Amino acid sequence: MSKIILIGVNHKTAPVELREKLSFSSEETLAALDFFKKDKDIKESIVFSTCNRTEVLYVPGMGEQLDKIIGYISRHKKIEISEFKSSLYIYREDEAIQHMFRVASSLDSMVVGEPQILGQIKKAYRVAVENNSSGVLLNRLMHKTFNIAKKVRKETGIGDNAVSISYAAVELANKIFSDLSRKSVMLLGAGEMAELAVEHLISNKVEHIIVANRTFKNAIELARKFNGQAVKFEEREDALKDVDIIISSTGAKDYVLDRAIVKKAMKKRHHNTLFFIDIAVPRDIDPEINTISNAYVYDIDDLKNIVESNIEQRGKETVKAERYIEEAVVKFRKWLDSLAIVPTIKALNEKMSSIVEIEYEKTISHLKHLSSEDIEAIRRMTRAIASRTIHDPILFLRNTGDHRDDSLYLDVTHQLFNIDLPGEK
Amino acid sequence: MSLQTADMVLKITTLLYFMSMAGYVFFLFNQKPLYQKTALYLVTTAVVSHFIYILIYTMATKLVPIQNLSQSLSLAAFALGCMFLFFQYKFDLKILGVFASALLFVIMFAVLIIPDTAVEKNAVLKGFWLYSHIILVFTGEAALALACGAGILYLLQEKGIKSKSPGFFFKRLPSLDLLDNVGYTCLTTGFSLLTIGLVTGFIYAKAVWGRFWDWDPKEVFSVGTWLVYAALLHLRLYSGWQGRKSAIMTIIGFFIIIFTFLGVNMLIGGHHQVFTK
Repeated sequence: MSKIILIGVNHKTAPVELREKLSFSSEETLAALDFFKKDKDIKESIVFSTCNRTEVLYVPGMGEQLDKIIGYISRHKKIEISEFKSSLYIYREDEAIQHMFRVASSLDSMVVGEPQILGQIKKAYRVAVENNSSGVLLNRLMHKTFNIAKKVRKETGIGDNAVSISYAAVELANKIFSDLSRKSVMLLGAGEMAELAVEHLISNKVEHIIVANRTFKNAIELARKFNGQAVKFEEREDALKDVDIIISSTGAKDYVLDRAIVKKAMKKRHHNTLFFIDIAVPRDIDPEINTISNAYVYDIDDLKNIVESNIEQRGKETVKAERYIEEAVVKFRKWLDSLAIVPTIKALNEKMSSIVEIEYEKTISHLKHLSSEDIEAIRRMTRAIASRTIHDPILFLRNTGDHRDDSLYLDVTHQLFNIDLPGEK
Repeated sequence: MSLQTADMVLKITTLLYFMSMAGYVFFLFNQKPLYQKTALYLVTTAVVSHFIYILIYTMATKLVPIQNLSQSLSLAAFALGCMFLFFQYKFDLKILGVFASALLFVIMFAVLIIPDTAVEKNAVLKGFWLYSHIILVFTGEAALALACGAGILYLLQEKGIKSKSPGFFFKRLPSLDLLDNVGYTCLTTGFSLLTIGLVTGFIYAKAVWGRFWDWDPKEVFSVGTWLVYAALLHLRLYSGWQGRKSAIMTIIGFFIIIFTFLGVNMLIGGHHQVFTK
């Protein structure tokens, strides 16, 4: 019977230098898939390569073919086996299935719950399908993988909470303002942190960006980058009346905005809401501003607290996700088992005899004039027809003559005859 | 069409309101869109069935069901249901249904347990001005009830954000901006309806009693309520009273409405008393 094996390295087993050396570009992935396809001993294969992992999922024809895979990687990536052998993990059967489910559900990611991984896996699978490298087993496994990943995302809160500071800030902004695209942002300070935070906001498309910096030249530079407007640092008070979100990251020792200034600005802006994000240490924005109505101040510690409690929440949701995955593995295992030849033949026989039995009973009950010998003869004949009908298909299944893929024929048989073995559907 | 049928329809209506409330509570905890959709569907059905009740009752007795306290409350619930559907359609603020359906059920539950006292025909209680007065005041107050609901939601969300501990409601409620906006729209709609409603009331009073103003306690409190809301709108427009202060005021305003609706008649009396016997 066919085995499913997964071999690879990820961010937990290998440092980034090694992962870089082992990563496959899309051309390299195609080359690898081609190589495995030509090999008679590897029936199906898919290669996954992201910045955090390189994995080969495959179904060997005979034995485990581990050396072949490892050898290929070593030869192709020009790296000694001894250099990466200790970082490799090898999962077989249920372990491999479970690993696949966990990876796609983002439980194995560096940031648990991050949404990109599913897309990356889908892409890798598409490449394998287009290249004809995957077959019945891996196709089914991948479809189940996508299902379980979707289920985990939908039914657990694993991807719900912001786990990075800039994302938490954007989330807060979205709960304060209904439409960020009509809000303006002022950057105080033109540092790297400010840039990062704004990049997130920009992907949420704010209307306008103003940059105020003590060194005006830097303000101009940053403003140009974001298509915004640069103002002198002294103009920041005036600017308060036109902006809605203030992101501050100056190196100033004292507060650059205090309560009195904001209180005054609030009147000018008809008390429309102001949201201050203070990522500077020491702080730039007087925390007392938070007591003004319709003004909200979050400093770096406040944001960190939110992120931490979100990460904790994620941990709880992970337990739920793991349970879904275990259930899915059991189900997949049942399907795999059903692909064995013997149960298929048995099911085929049972199906035919039950059809024959029903039809025979139906006919005989209307033919009261027949003698018991006649009835017996008819019964024998119907049974003979049934067993002769499936004789050739069964013979074929016992020896398909094509060892590349028995599971394909078994699967087709199940579908042709509408046979339900435990584990299917 | 008999009164028994009407009574039966009213009970079914209450049950539907209860089921929609249950749906919304499920939705509150378990954010599944299906729950909200089902609950909204139930509330819509309830409002339709409520309307059927009013039709049957009117046909059976030739009277609009506003003859006693139980019927007045029922009509208030109907107005609230209609207003809620209108604002739900306009803003798609799903979570407001939690407040609206709960309030609807509480009112309808009261309707069922308050005895439906015998009704005597009162020649005074009819005519275009009376019906416009009732419809406008009831829908206006329903809109103000929803403004109160939006205000409560605003305060919940605002508290979480201000105190820097986004909790249970953070994910479940929309942005402060939107909540404030919904509250404001409910407020202006309700206020306008109430204003015209009061005017039609005066006209009706003039037609029936020959006077616009009678110093009836309900009249006094209604105008008082109107002044509270007028003050709020003024402060909002000219002194930047949006957000939290506005939310608190709409909640207070709604409590004054409840007192005007129930308390005045029960505790003080006056010519509006017939409606709440």
